[in-house]
Amino acid sequence: MSYTYPGPEYIERYVIDSIRMAVFSPSEIRKISRVTVVVPYLYEADGSPVAGGLRDPNFGAIEPGERCPVCGNTRETCPGHFGKIDLARPVIHPGFGDIINDILQATCRQCGRVKLPQERIDYLLKLLRRLKRRWPILAKQLVKEIKKQAAQVMECPHCGARQFKIRYTRPIYFYEDRPEGEVRLTPVNVRDRLEKVPDDHAELLGLDPKRARPEWMVLTVLPVPPLAVRPSITLETALKAEDDLTHALNEIVRTNNSLREQLASGSPETIIEAAWERLQQLVAAYFDNELPNVAQITYKRKRPLKMLAQRLKGKEGRLRGNLSGKRVNFSARTVISPDPYISVNEVGVPIEIAKILTVPMKVTPENIEEARRYVLNGPYKWPGATHVYKADEDRKIDLRYNRNWKQLAESLKPGDIVERHLINGDIVLFNRQPSLHRMSIMGHIVRVMPGKTFRLNLLVCPPYNADFDGDEMNLHVPRSEDARTEAKELLLVEKHILTPRYGGPIIGGRQDYISGAYLLTIKTTLLTKEEVVRLLAAAGYNGKLPEPAILKPKPLWTGKQVLSLLLPSDFSYVGKAKINSGDLACADVDCLNDSMVVVREGKLLMGVIDKKGIGAEQPENILHMIALEYGHEEARKFLDNAFKMFIRMLEMKGLTMSVDDIEIPPEAREKIKEKVREARRSVEELIRSYERGELKPLPGRTLEESLELKIIDVLNRLRDEAGNIAIENLDTFNDVFVMARTGARGSEVNITQMSALLGQQSVRGQRISRGFRNRTLPHFKHGDRSPEARGFVSHSFVEGLRPTEVFMHAAAGREGLVDTAVKTSQSGYMQRRLINALQDLVVSYDGTVRDSEGNIIQFKYGEDGVDPMLTYHGKPVSLDRIIAKVKKNRGS
Amino acid sequence: MPKAKKAKKRKLDEVLKAAREILPPKLYVELVERLNKEKDLTEKEKIAVVEETVREYLARMVQPGEPVGTVAAQSIGEPGTQMTLRTFHYAGLIEFDVTLGLPRLIELVDARRTPSTPMMTIYLDEKYKYDEEKAKEIARRLEYTTIENVLDSINYILGDRELTIILDPDMLEDKGVTVEMVLDALSRLKLGESRVDPQNPYVIKVTLSEKVLPEEYIYDIKTYNNIIEKIKRAYLKGVKNIRRAIIHKDPDTGEYIIYTDGSNLAEVLKMRGVDYRRVRTNNIHEIAEVLGIEAARNAIIEQIMEVLSNSGLDVDIRHVMLVADIMTWTGRVRQVGRLGVVGDKTSVLAKAAYEVTTKHIYQAAASGEVETFKGVIESIIAGLEPPTGTGVILVGVPRSALESGELARRSGEEHESER
Repeated sequence: MSYTYPGPEYIERYVIDSIRMAVFSPSEIRKISRVTVVVPYLYEADGSPVAGGLRDPNFGAIEPGERCPVCGNTRETCPGHFGKIDLARPVIHPGFGDIINDILQATCRQCGRVKLPQERIDYLLKLLRRLKRRWPILAKQLVKEIKKQAAQVMECPHCGARQFKIRYTRPIYFYEDRPEGEVRLTPVNVRDRLEKVPDDHAELLGLDPKRARPEWMVLTVLPVPPLAVRPSITLETALKAEDDLTHALNEIVRTNNSLREQLASGSPETIIEAAWERLQQLVAAYFDNELPNVAQITYKRKRPLKMLAQRLKGKEGRLRGNLSGKRVNFSARTVISPDPYISVNEVGVPIEIAKILTVPMKVTPENIEEARRYVLNGPYKWPGATHVYKADEDRKIDLRYNRNWKQLAESLKPGDIVERHLINGDIVLFNRQPSLHRMSIMGHIVRVMPGKTFRLNLLVCPPYNADFDGDEMNLHVPRSEDARTEAKELLLVEKHILTPRYGGPIIGGRQDYISGAYLLTIKTTLLTKEEVVRLLAAAGYNGKLPEPAILKPKPLWTGKQVLSLLLPSDFSYVGKAKINSGDLACADVDCLNDSMVVVREGKLLMGVIDKKGIGAEQPENILHMIALEYGHEEARKFLDNAFKMFIRMLEMKGLTMSVDDIEIPPEAREKIKEKVREARRSVEELIRSYERGELKPLPGRTLEESLELKIIDVLNRLRDEAGNIAIENLDTFNDVFVMARTGARGSEVNITQMSALLGQQSVRGQRISRGFRNRTLPHFKHGDRSPEARGFVSHSFVEGLRPTEVFMHAAAGREGLVDTAVKTSQSGYMQRRLINALQDLVVSYDGTVRDSEGNIIQFKYGEDGVDPMLTYHGKPVSLDRIIAKVKKNRGS
Repeated sequence: MPKAKKAKKRKLDEVLKAAREILPPKLYVELVERLNKEKDLTEKEKIAVVEETVREYLARMVQPGEPVGTVAAQSIGEPGTQMTLRTFHYAGLIEFDVTLGLPRLIELVDARRTPSTPMMTIYLDEKYKYDEEKAKEIARRLEYTTIENVLDSINYILGDRELTIILDPDMLEDKGVTVEMVLDALSRLKLGESRVDPQNPYVIKVTLSEKVLPEEYIYDIKTYNNIIEKIKRAYLKGVKNIRRAIIHKDPDTGEYIIYTDGSNLAEVLKMRGVDYRRVRTNNIHEIAEVLGIEAARNAIIEQIMEVLSNSGLDVDIRHVMLVADIMTWTGRVRQVGRLGVVGDKTSVLAKAAYEVTTKHIYQAAASGEVETFKGVIESIIAGLEPPTGTGVILVGVPRSALESGELARRSGEEHESER
C-alpha cells in the first residue's frame, strides 16, 4: 500500500522522458525575456525594486503572498521568468571557446566552409550521419579527425582564399597570424566568421546547427535568470544581502551601459575597446569565475564570487551535492554502543529518537483501534503519534499544537493517515560511513530502549567496520510499503551474512567470541550440570541434555557436546582450525592435536572452534556452510544463540592478561641477549668487509644497497629467533598466547614485541638513516651504520625502550599514520572511478551482462553465470560435500 | 544381470551428457575426473552426484537485475584501504623493485601507457632452459647496452683530434661485450679512424675526421661534448627498453628463467631460445598491440588478481573479469575514468556528474545531445527509479484493471478452478 500525501492539485505531475540540450539563440533569449535590464540599481529609495533593474518583479514571485505580475501565480507555483541584457557589443561565451576555436581552425576565413574538397564533405557527411545513429563513439572520433584534417589546409578548396594560422588563448582570445603580424580577432570578427559557416559544414564539425548555430556562441544578448535562482536574504538589520549572481549581473549592466554611452558619444577607439574588454571579462567571469586569463569577480576585493559554473562543479556542486546525493528527513544519527543480547537483525533505538522518527500508518478498519491508541498518547509519550492527516478534510494536524488528542482519536476514520512513532518491529536502514560496500547499509528491526546510543550486536561490526571508540551511525526510516518490503526482503542483516566479494561469510565472531568458543571446545573443558545449564540458558536452548561424557564421580559434559546441541542435526563439516600450524599441525582427520574440526550428524566430534571455525571474514568456515546449505535464517539463529554461549563461557572462565603473561624467565632473556650480541657482531663484520671493499654486491644492486639488504636480513632473522625463544617459554594456557593462537586478538609479532624485542624499525622500507647530517640522532657518531644507530630496537615493551629507541619507534609509527591517510584518499578516488565506470552493468534476463545502452559486456556473467555470494569461496559447488552427502545416504 | 548393469551404465552416460550441456566446462571436467577417482561409488550413487551437482549449480545462478557492476566496483574498491602503498621486492627476488599494492592497482585501472616498473618474465625453450650458460647468453643478448655501459672514461685535449676512450674491463666481462664490438660500434658512427692502444687493450684511440670536427670548431668544448654524448649512446647490443636481465633458477622445475627490468614484448618474442608461449610482461598495452585485445583482457585479470593476492586480499575473480571486460570490450584498452569508460558514456548527465562538469554540458549543448535517462546516475538525478535490481522489473497492474474490479474477479476464477 504505497501512497503519497496528496499535493496541490494544480501542480501537474509528469515523469521526465528525455532532455534535449541546445544553445540559446539571441531571438529565443529575447522571446522568453520579460525584463530588459537597463538600470544598474536594485531598489528605489523607499526600498521597492526598480523597474528595469535586477530585482524587477517581472522576474517572478518569490516573496510569500506575492503575486507574479507576469503569470499571476504565487511563489509556490510561479516558475520564475528570465530577463535579458542587450549587450552593446558582442562578447564570446567563455564555455564555448574551445568549440569556437575548432570551428575557426577548420573553416575558411573568407567563405566559412570546411576546408575540405566538396566531394569529401559530401561523403563524410553521409558517413557521419550513419555513424551517429549506431556508433556515437565512432562519430565523435570521426569529427575529431575531420577537424584535424581541415585545420591543416592552408588554402580554401572552395574559394581559394589563403588561410592564416589562428592562435587561441583560453578561454576567449583569438589571434590571427597574418603576414603583417599577429592581429586580435574581436568578438565581432569571430561572430562574422561563424555566421558564414553553412549548416551542413557545422554538422560536420560536430554541431547540431538547428539547435546550436555557431554564431550563437558569441553573445549579443545575455539572459538574466529569474529571482528564484538568485534569491536575496534579509539580514536581521533589515538590510538585504543579494546573491552573488545579482552582484555580478549588476556589474555587467553598469559596464554595458558605460560602453553604450561611449559608443553613442563617439569616444576614441581605445577607450571603447577598454570598456568592451571589461564587459567581455565580466561576462566570462559571470559564467565561470575560475577561468585562466580572466580576472575574478570578487566581493569587496576579497572573496571571489560563486558564479554559474561554481554552482554546478565539484563535490558540493549541484550535480554531485544536490542531485546525485541529497539530504533527507526521517533519519537519525548518534553514537553506537554494543549490546550482545539483541539479535544481529536488530538495532537498539533510543526512545527519544523513536519519538521523533515516524512512520505513516494508513488507518483501516483492522488497525483503527491501534491508531487511536497512538493518537491518544500524543507526540510526547511513546508509543504515540506526531501528526494526523484527515483524508476528508485534506488537512494535516500537528499533535503538538492540537492538544485535543482524545477528540482526534475518536474522529479517526479509515483512510486517514497517522504519523506514528517508531515502534518495536519496524524495519529501518542502518548505515556507517564510509559506505564502501553494500553491507554498509543494512536493514535492522527496531528495538526501542532507554539510553542515548544506538545499540548493535557485536557480530555486525565487521560488515560496518564499526567499533565503539566513539563511532556514530545513521538510521533511516523507509516510509512507503514498497521501501519497507525491499528493506525486509533484500537489506535485512541476515541476508548479508555472506558477501559477494569472496564468497564467504563477512559476519562472524571476533575477539572474545573466538576466545570463548575456543575455551568452550578445548579438550580440558569439562562442565558440571549447573555450568551446562547456564551455558544453554544463555543460548536459549530448551531441549534435553545429552548423556554426560563422564558419569562418575559426578556427571560432566564436554564443551563440544554442549556446542553440538546448537548445530543443525544433520550438519557435517571438516576443516582445519586456526591453531593448526607449527607444533599443532595436522594434515587430515587423524589428528591428536585437536586442530582438525570434524562435525558429523550435527555432533562436534573433534577439533577446537576458533577463528577459522566461527570468525568473521573466514570463508569455508562452519558459519559459511550453515548459511549456504541451511539458509540465512538458520545461520542467523546460530549467530544469535551459539555466540551468546561463547561469551557466557568467557564470563564463567575469565580471560585476562597481565604483565606475568608476557614476562619470560631470566634464562630465556639471557638467551635472547646472547642472540642480539651475536647478530651485532655479524653486522659489524658485514660493515667491516664493506669498508674494506671485500663485500660482494648482489646482482643488479650497488654495494651500499647490498650491504643494507644483508644487514636487514640478519636483523630480521634475529627478531624471528628472539620471538621464537619468547614464545617457546609461554604456557599453553597463557591467555595472551591463547588469544594470539586462536586469532582472537594479537599475533606472534605482538608477543615478540612485548616480551622479546621490537626489532628493526623501518621508514620507507629501509633502515632509518636520515635526520641529522650523516646520522639519525646526535647520540651517534657520524656515519654510524650499527643496528641501534639505524633504528634497531633490542628491547621489549616489558623491559622498556631507551630514549633513542623510542624515537625510532615513533618515526616508524608516524610513517604508518601518514600512509593510512594517503591511502584512504587514493583508494577512495579509485573506488569512485570504478563505481562510475561500472554502475550501469546489470545482469539481464537472458543471463548477459549489459550496460544502459544494451551493449553486451559479458555473454555470461563471470563466465559461468554464478553469483559469487552463493559460492564456496568462488567455487559454484563443493564436490567434496556432495560426495560426502551421497555416501552418508548410503546407510539409510 | 549384465543387461541391467549395461542399462545403468548408459544412464550415467546420459546423465553426464545432459550435465555437460548445463555445467561450465571447468566444473564438468572436475566432476568427471572426480567420479573416475571415487572408486567406491556405485553407478547409482554417481548418478546422484551428477544430479546433485547440476541442481546445486543451477541454484547458484545470479538473478536478473543484479547490479553486478556496482558489486564488482565495491568488491575491488572496498579492500583498497588495506593495501600497501609502497614498492616491494618481487617474491624472493631481491634484484628488482616492483610496484605493487594500491599504486599498481591504480595504474592498472588507469591503463597507463607504460607501467612505472615494466618487467618481463621470460621462459626458455627446451634447448636452453636447463643450461645456465645458454640462459646467461640470452640474458646478455637482451640487455640494451651502449658504450656508456662499459665505459670508464673518455678523455680529450682541446685542439687535439684524438679522443681516448677507456673501457671498464669488469663491465665488458659482465655485459659480455668485446673490444671488437665497441670498435664496430664506433666505426658505424663514422667519426674517423679508431684503433686499440697498443699499450693497453682496453683503451681505444679515435682520431676525429674533418667532417665531424671541422677545423673552426677545434677549440669548441660543446662540439666535443656532443661527440662524446654520441659515442656514449652508441648501440652495442640488446633489445630496446630492456635495461637489465637477470637469470634465476626455478627451484621446482630446475629451469632457468630470465627476469628483465623493462619490457619489449614484440622483440623478445622473436628471439631464438625464448619459449614464446610463456613469455610474460606487465605492460598491458604492449600485449594488446602484439597479441590482441583478448590477451590484454586476460593480462588485466591476471595482473589485478596478482596485486590483490600479493596484498593478501581475497576478491572473487568474477569481479576482476568484469572490470577487465568493461575496459576492453570495445576492442581497445580504455582506462576506468574520464578519458575512458566514463568519458565514452552517451549520457551527458552521467559525464557531468563525474568530472569536469561544465565542459560536458557545453559540448552537449553544441551538438544538441539528448539525455534519455537510461543509466543509474542519470535516473537518480531525474528522480527516476534506476534500471538495476528491483528497478528492472517492468511488470505492473494497470490501474483500470484494479479499479474496475477485473483483477479481483479473475483471481477469484483462478481459485475456483484450483478447487
